Amino acid sequence: MSGVLVVMEQRAGRLARINWEALAAAHRLGAPAAVTAAIPGAQTEAPAAEIAAKGPGKVLRVEHPLLASYTADGFSIALEQAIRAEQPEYVVFPHTYQVRDYAAALAARFGQVLIGDVVGIGDGPVFTRQLMQGRLNGNYRHSGSGPCFVSVQAGAFPAELSSSGPAEVATFTPALDAAQIRTRPGEPFRATAQAIDLGSAQMIVGVGRGIKDQANIALVEELAAALGAELAASRPICDAGWLPMERQVGSSGQTVAPKLYLAAGISGAIQHLVGMKGSQCIVAINKDPDAPIFEVADYGIVGDLMQVVPALTEAVKAAKQ
Amino acid sequence: MKIIVAIKQVPDRDSPVHIDAAGKWIEESDLQYAMNESDAHALEEALQLRDQHGGEAIVVSAGPERVGTTIREALAKGADRAIHIVCDDLGARDALGVARLLAAAAKQENPDLILTGLQSEDLGLGQTGVIVAELLGLPHATLILHVEKTGTGIEAKRELEEGWFQNIELPTPAVLTIQSGGNKLRYATLMGIKRAKTKEVRQVAAAELGADSVPVAVLDEIALPKRQKSTQMLTGTAKEAAAALVEKLKFEVRVL
Repeated sequence: MSGVLVVMEQRAGRLARINWEALAAAHRLGAPAAVTAAIPGAQTEAPAAEIAAKGPGKVLRVEHPLLASYTADGFSIALEQAIRAEQPEYVVFPHTYQVRDYAAALAARFGQVLIGDVVGIGDGPVFTRQLMQGRLNGNYRHSGSGPCFVSVQAGAFPAELSSSGPAEVATFTPALDAAQIRTRPGEPFRATAQAIDLGSAQMIVGVGRGIKDQANIALVEELAAALGAELAASRPICDAGWLPMERQVGSSGQTVAPKLYLAAGISGAIQHLVGMKGSQCIVAINKDPDAPIFEVADYGIVGDLMQVVPALTEAVKAAKQ
Repeated sequence: MKIIVAIKQVPDRDSPVHIDAAGKWIEESDLQYAMNESDAHALEEALQLRDQHGGEAIVVSAGPERVGTTIREALAKGADRAIHIVCDDLGARDALGVARLLAAAAKQENPDLILTGLQSEDLGLGQTGVIVAELLGLPHATLILHVEKTGTGIEAKRELEEGWFQNIELPTPAVLTIQSGGNKLRYATLMGIKRAKTKEVRQVAAAELGADSVPVAVLDEIALPKRQKSTQMLTGTAKEAAAALVEKLKFEVRVL
């Protein structure tokens, strides 16, 4: 058992940035030559060539017609075989929705768990992941005898790309039978046409659970109007139906990077942060001084929304006169 | 339909977080507890399926005695009966250790469907349901917002990233992990609370389920996160802080 296997994820032949971040994390666990990048799918030649130029020691095409669309069964069976053949010490994934769907089942086949959503890798190695919705960090150590399964959070590792010569590409053909795949996934669809494009907004006022009551939404609406900003929300607000889903920012909503993101009553769970932490300036207003939103904020006000938001609306109006 | 719902009792979202003397977990004496949010949505989905198709909704929860209050809450909302896996060292078990307990308890019931939340609000591992499926040899799907019964099994609406969804068909028995927000949670009625007192809660010791607890992933220490940016805190009354912020927005961020 040696080396690192990093499992890449393609969507219609496209490799998202988080794959290169996972590759960078793999490089923290093994020398570049010891890193193998596996790419499962039905047609992996083009993505394999793209990966080969990004600095792994080797690329492994885990190719089978039954891997054309993702199923937990197909991917678990195919990758289990690839891992048994490669015998890596570490298996690294990007922490995507797809990985969340099957990586724990795959790890369990080896008597292992996934050390998931990792934000840092220290000496040891010690894997840091967030607890209590981002209010704490936990340091985890792997103590099992099998391979150590790790997934990395989007944006946690810089996607450093090496420009060394292309790596060797090998193909692994898993033994896979249609009868082994028990689920039938349908085509992806969008629920509503997204009428509101938050991505192009210069300023956004985001509202979270701290607003307490639907009636108080008016307070942040007035602030957004005074600023000339779009109104957005964290998931619980949209789940409650206080604002439409099209205004949701975060992993299940839109990703935004405006000049100003003003977070009112948003605690800063990672699911929201991934959607807005690229904003140029972040202002956080929250009653809890330890809320994780302050970790990414440029300016912070600890206080009661019901007091601070109306005061801010008045001050903005006065400044614009 | 016989449905098992696995629920977890977690520290309430608004509870204070203080690291304990050993640096391994938080001070539990300060905490209030609540039902994990996505587990509450899993329970709601189970109750709706039970109400529509008949059968039974059975709650399973692992943890110390205090978990009993969360189990009673589930019964008051309408679950038919409960299994309490009594376990004082839940935090020392990893996801595989916890899933082994739940799988062993679920297996005895031979359910058509096992539902649980997609991840817990405290540890956030997001693996328990998936591992239970693997241990029981059942098909699974995660991030489910809605479940429909079909002739041969179920069809579930699954959330994908960035506002996309897909429908997925599974034969039963199956395991689903439920995402928050797909259904509207019911409140317990007074009658429900009264009835809950007479419903069966079977206690099983973790040791009886024959699942070992040696973890593969060990939580060594916890710490407060480091700030990624140096945040300028604006203090004073609401009015003073607002005025200070407007100055910053005007002259430093230059958006006003």
